[in-house]
Amino acid sequence: MASQYVFIESRDPFDSPDTGFVADTATALHQGGRPVTVFLVQNGVLATRAAARGSHVRRLAEAGVTVLADDFSLRERGIEAGELSAGVRPASIDALVDLLVRPDTKTLWH
Amino acid sequence: MPDRTLTVALMDAPYEASASTTAFRIIASALAQGIHVNVFAYEGAVSLAMKDQAPHANPVKGTSVEQEEHPTTKDLVASLIELGRSEPRLTWVNCGLCVDERGAGHSVDGVKRGGPADFYKMAVESTTTLVIPTR
Amino acid sequence: MRILNIVESAYRATLEEQDDTVLWLSRALKNAGADLSLVLRGNAVNYAVRQSCPPLAIGSTAIKHPAQPNDDLAKLQAKGAKVYVIREDLAERGIGEARCVADAELLPRAELVGLMESHDQVWHW
Repeated sequence: MASQYVFIESRDPFDSPDTGFVADTATALHQGGRPVTVFLVQNGVLATRAAARGSHVRRLAEAGVTVLADDFSLRERGIEAGELSAGVRPASIDALVDLLVRPDTKTLWH
Repeated sequence: MPDRTLTVALMDAPYEASASTTAFRIIASALAQGIHVNVFAYEGAVSLAMKDQAPHANPVKGTSVEQEEHPTTKDLVASLIELGRSEPRLTWVNCGLCVDERGAGHSVDGVKRGGPADFYKMAVESTTTLVIPTR
Repeated sequence: MRILNIVESAYRATLEEQDDTVLWLSRALKNAGADLSLVLRGNAVNYAVRQSCPPLAIGSTAIKHPAQPNDDLAKLQAKGAKVYVIREDLAERGIGEARCVADAELLPRAELVGLMESHDQVWHW
């Protein structure tokens, strides 16, 4: 069975230029035919606002990567549904756990 | 369905990183979904379960200990251990050498002492392993 | 189970610990029988630079045996672990390849996904 990948992105592009690593790697894997999900959590959700500069979220979504944002982290930071970039879907921690334990899944926390 | 098991490696000391709370949420969710969970607490994470943690009043907010109602991380760990007491089970292993150098040997009940070989064994026997690094 | 340890963080508490604790853990996992490869990326590529940390004294207490990452990498390789260093991350940091210890394989960033595919577990530190 082909691997699927879950990247848990806890960092934001304003604090860490290394968020490009997740975006580049996730995109490359997806272009190689692998199902890839990026799950934004903690300050990682600061990149979800459509007006945020330097965010990789739109690029990921346009590349076909599934982009989820932890609903608790969004609420904690007052990020409302209407502010979200297209292609980002709020998701629960239960949804993340379900992804993690699917067969042949590799998960990286960044 | 065959049993599913998630192994989680933690590194952050208490009260220093939001990753610890996210980890607790992941562990609780996994147990609620019938998934066995192994935790390998490495480095600062061995202090998450320190029994001698005590809540405090908050003079900045003007609250007493009772009003603050502040669970310490050991309370959160103890809750997880309670959730995972039978099936699905939670196995929490503190890295012993990390415990020694931090003086963190007095942990809540249910926390075991182990080492990297235990982490490796847990990882091999799990559906998947999630490493939550520190910065 | 083939494990790929991708190490990004570097020099984190390496004086207090007298080790880089992820390189240390990698060695311990290898000793436990793990089939493990290591990728150094980000600031951790600096571990491939020839270096020797000096001892340090704080008052009357000395840290006499600080972490020596070159030794850790060599010992991992002696046990059969492959060690890779992301080439572009070296270049970004102005590190010439001649400054690096021998035997660390320089890996183009674009080839990391191939390594990820060929391992069963990929852990990022």
